[in-house]
Formats: sequence, C-alpha cells, structure tokens
Amino acid sequence: MNARLADKIATLTFWVGALIVILILGSMIAYLLYHGGKYISWDFLTKPAQAIRAGGGIGPQIFNSFYLLFLSMLITVPIGVLGGIYLAEYAGNNKLTEAIRLCIETLNSLPSIVVGLFGLLVFVNMTGWGYSLISGALALTVINLPLMVRFTEEAIRGVPASLREASLNLGANHWQTILRVVLPSAFPGLVSGAIITSGRVFGEAAALLFTAGMSSPALDFSQWNIFHPASPLNPFRPAETLAVHIWKVNTEGLIPDLRRVADGSAAVLILVVLGFNMAARWLGSKIHRRMTGT
Amino acid sequence: MTQSKISVKNLNMYYGDFHALKNVNLEVEANQVTALIGPSGCGKSTFLRVLNRMNDLIEGVKVEGSVLLDGCDIYRPEEDVVNLRKRIGMVFQRPNPFPMSVYDNIAYGPRIHGIKDKRKLDEIVEKSLRAAVIWDEVQDRLYKSAIGLSGGQQQRICIARLLAVEPEVLLMDEPTSALDPLATMKIEELIQALKKEYTIIIVTHNMQQAARVSDVTAFFLTGDLLEYGKTDTIFTKPTDKRTEDYITGRFG
Repeated sequence: MNARLADKIATLTFWVGALIVILILGSMIAYLLYHGGKYISWDFLTKPAQAIRAGGGIGPQIFNSFYLLFLSMLITVPIGVLGGIYLAEYAGNNKLTEAIRLCIETLNSLPSIVVGLFGLLVFVNMTGWGYSLISGALALTVINLPLMVRFTEEAIRGVPASLREASLNLGANHWQTILRVVLPSAFPGLVSGAIITSGRVFGEAAALLFTAGMSSPALDFSQWNIFHPASPLNPFRPAETLAVHIWKVNTEGLIPDLRRVADGSAAVLILVVLGFNMAARWLGSKIHRRMTGT
Repeated sequence: MTQSKISVKNLNMYYGDFHALKNVNLEVEANQVTALIGPSGCGKSTFLRVLNRMNDLIEGVKVEGSVLLDGCDIYRPEEDVVNLRKRIGMVFQRPNPFPMSVYDNIAYGPRIHGIKDKRKLDEIVEKSLRAAVIWDEVQDRLYKSAIGLSGGQQQRICIARLLAVEPEVLLMDEPTSALDPLATMKIEELIQALKKEYTIIIVTHNMQQAARVSDVTAFFLTGDLLEYGKTDTIFTKPTDKRTEDYITGRFG
C-alpha cells in the first residue's frame, strides 16, 4: 500500500470517528431539547414545584442550583487555585509531590455517589448541619477540587518561561513574579477552568441526594435575613437542585404531569450546561485578547 | 590598578555530569562593552547566565570558583539573589515584553521596588524610554499593549524596562538575533550610547557585530575561554590559531 493511500485512509478514519461522537452527542441534545423544549415557559421557570397536583414549575430548583454552585465555587476556587500554584511553582520532584498527585487522581475518579455518602457521614451528620446547602457545597467541593487544581496547574505551566525570567531579571522575587506576571497571564485559563468545572457540578445529582437533600422549604424571596429558615440565601436550609429534582420526579414523582416536568427540567439543565461551556470559551478568548492587546 | 567591575576567578560549571565551563578567568572593566563569541554550545550563554545566577533556576547545576562584583562574591551563601538581579539585568535573545501596556512594562520594575508615586513613575518611564531610544515611537501609545509593537521595538522596550530599575551591568544574550538589519543597527547604536553609564556584556554570533560594538572580546570554545583581549587585537592579531580560524569563518 502506498503512503498516499494510507494517509487518505487515516484521514477518513479520523473523520468517521469524530462524526460518530458528534452524532451521538448531537442526537442526545436534540432529543432532550425536542421533548423538553416545548414545556419551557416563563411560568415553568419561575413557579414553585407541586408535590401532588399538576402545573408545578422549577423556580426554586433553578435558584438552588445556582446558589449551591456559587457556594461551592466560593470554597473550591481559592483552594483549587492555591493548590494548583503550589504544584506548578513550588512542588519539587519528590515523593510528597507524587503522593499529592496520586491523591488528586484518586479523588478525581471517585464515583460521586461515594462522595455523597461520605458527605452524609461527615458534612451532614458529624457537623450536625443536617441536609443543607453548606453540606451540599462541601460535597461538591470534594468533586470539584481535583479538576480545579489540575486546570490551574495547566494554566500556570502554560505561561512562557521567558516572562518569568524577565520578571526575575528585574529583581522581582518569586512571589511578586507569580502575583504580577504568572497569574495574570494564566487568568484566561483559570476562568475557563472554573466555568467548565461549574458546568460539571450543575448536572451533579448523586452527591447531593444525601447532602443538600431532596426537599426545599417554602422560600420567601423577600426575606433577606440569611439566618431565617425561609430565606433563599440561608446556607443551612435543605435545597433540592434541578438535577436532583429530575431524578426525584422520575423515580418517586406523584404528580400527573410528570413527563412534562421531567422533560422540561432536563432541557433547561442541558441548556444551562451548554451555556456554561460556551461562556467559558467566549470569556476565555475575550480576556486573552484584552490582556495581550491583540 | 583599578578594581574590575566583574572579576571571574577559576570558574567551573557543571550541568549534572556535563562540564560546561572549564576554569574560566575573566576581568570585565566598568563602562566597557565586552563581547562573548564562539560557536554554538561553547558555553558563552551559559557563562552569561552565571553572572546573575539565572542558572539557579535549573536543577542539577553546580558552580565552583568565584564571581566578584565590585570585589564581592555573588556566590557566597548570604548573597541576596533578588537584589543581585536588580544590579545585573539581562536582555534576552527573543524580546519578551510582558503582555501589558508599554507603560506598565517599564513601570513594572520600579513598582516592584516600591515606587508608587505616579509622577515619579511617569518620570522614570519617560527617562527609560528615551534612554532606550524608543520614546518617539511609543509616546502616543503608552497605554496600549507592548505586544503590538515590532520585534525591534519590543527589544528596545525590554532594554528600557531594564534601565528603569537602574542596573549597573547589562547582560545581553544575542539581543539582535531575532531582528532585521535595521532594528539591529538601532540596538547597536543604543549599546554604544549606553556604555557611558553601564557595563555591558554581550553574547553574539555575529562577528561584525562583535567587532563593531565591543571594546574587549572573549572567545569561548567547548567550555574553555581560549583568548580574550582588546577587540582590535583579537580581530587583527589573534594569538591562538583556533581563534583566527573561527573569526575568519573557517568553522563555527
């Protein structure tokens, strides 16, 4: 077989492979949007869920998902970025670093239901907080952290060595160099990393069933005292997220319009995750352009 | 006899098992341009990086002997490396401006060293850009990114950035190898102007450049400093046959 033919066959094979991937993913998204898209309306997005009667919405669940995401990112991003900086800038080639990397890999491949049960034991029972947003946020942090650390490390390693050298040559120390040259250059990567991580968490259900809980108290959106049980912002109240809601409606739902709620919620969920990923790309390249002035 | 600005004594350097610099002895006088020449891999860039301890960043590097700056060994344990690099700065082969505005590039060093006053910073920025003969070209775009400039302009920005921290010695690692002839000429003129106030050591592959800009030339070959002396002498009456062969282009 001559080289040119081999090249053609290889090209074709890769095209077919990519096409299969796109077809599978594309048809799933299309299926979800086709079945759920028609149920999405302003009422559906804002009204509270119903337990028995028809006509419920997913307003509180959407709010819970975003708020939980916000809480977990509040914990994940600082720790993850610090960990990533350590691994990229300070960690030597030794046994300790290897052990840390092994831990991160293991944590990353942990099934989320295991994280959920761990959360139930530690964040729900041991702390005495019960099913709560804060327990859920901590469980999500366990899932998120390895990803955030890895994204940070990659972003920092991607900063050209020549910039580091330039900074050191002007009499800057290591910390000043990290703060003023390395982190700003790595910033677009950090932002997209954080957003992609967010998207993954938004769809998480298994880790939240036993931590943030499967119910939501009646929320009073005019209650701004965050310690009030009906305040949407109270981190110690239970909170059912959108993904958990989909799971619950499908497994133990009593409402007559179960398909409508489940399909509609699934469509909303996939749209939000899609939005996250596109925002990550868009924002990442926009910041990159602004910072490099090109 | 006056004291040399930099005095290198019995310097040996190893990358792991590789003996990169072999018993180098060299005196660098203040306010002179010293050119380091030699074929690729001869150790001239390595030597340059020894002078402000940039090799510290590489694992497995071992340095023996002494490097005296104004009579003080920069390899003594209590040496403040950060302060050393403020006194001895480097211009790199490829221009490496920070992805920031021209102004922030120049103000980076002074800010690091604690200058906050806006008027003082303005003054330093203008003075440094003028000294690097780039002021006229960038004064209208001080707050735009330095990445948008041409290679030659970027290199002069990098030199201005270095001048802003008022170093004593400028190390230049083939500063014009990535530039076109016109930009190269500007940098060479700049080097001539700068030597009044600074001590300059330049690594170059370009024989004509060494002959044009330097007062003293040092010829390196496979880690040995074979010969050094007045540039005129080295280029017209080299004592070592290998120096002559290299300069006349018989190898390298």
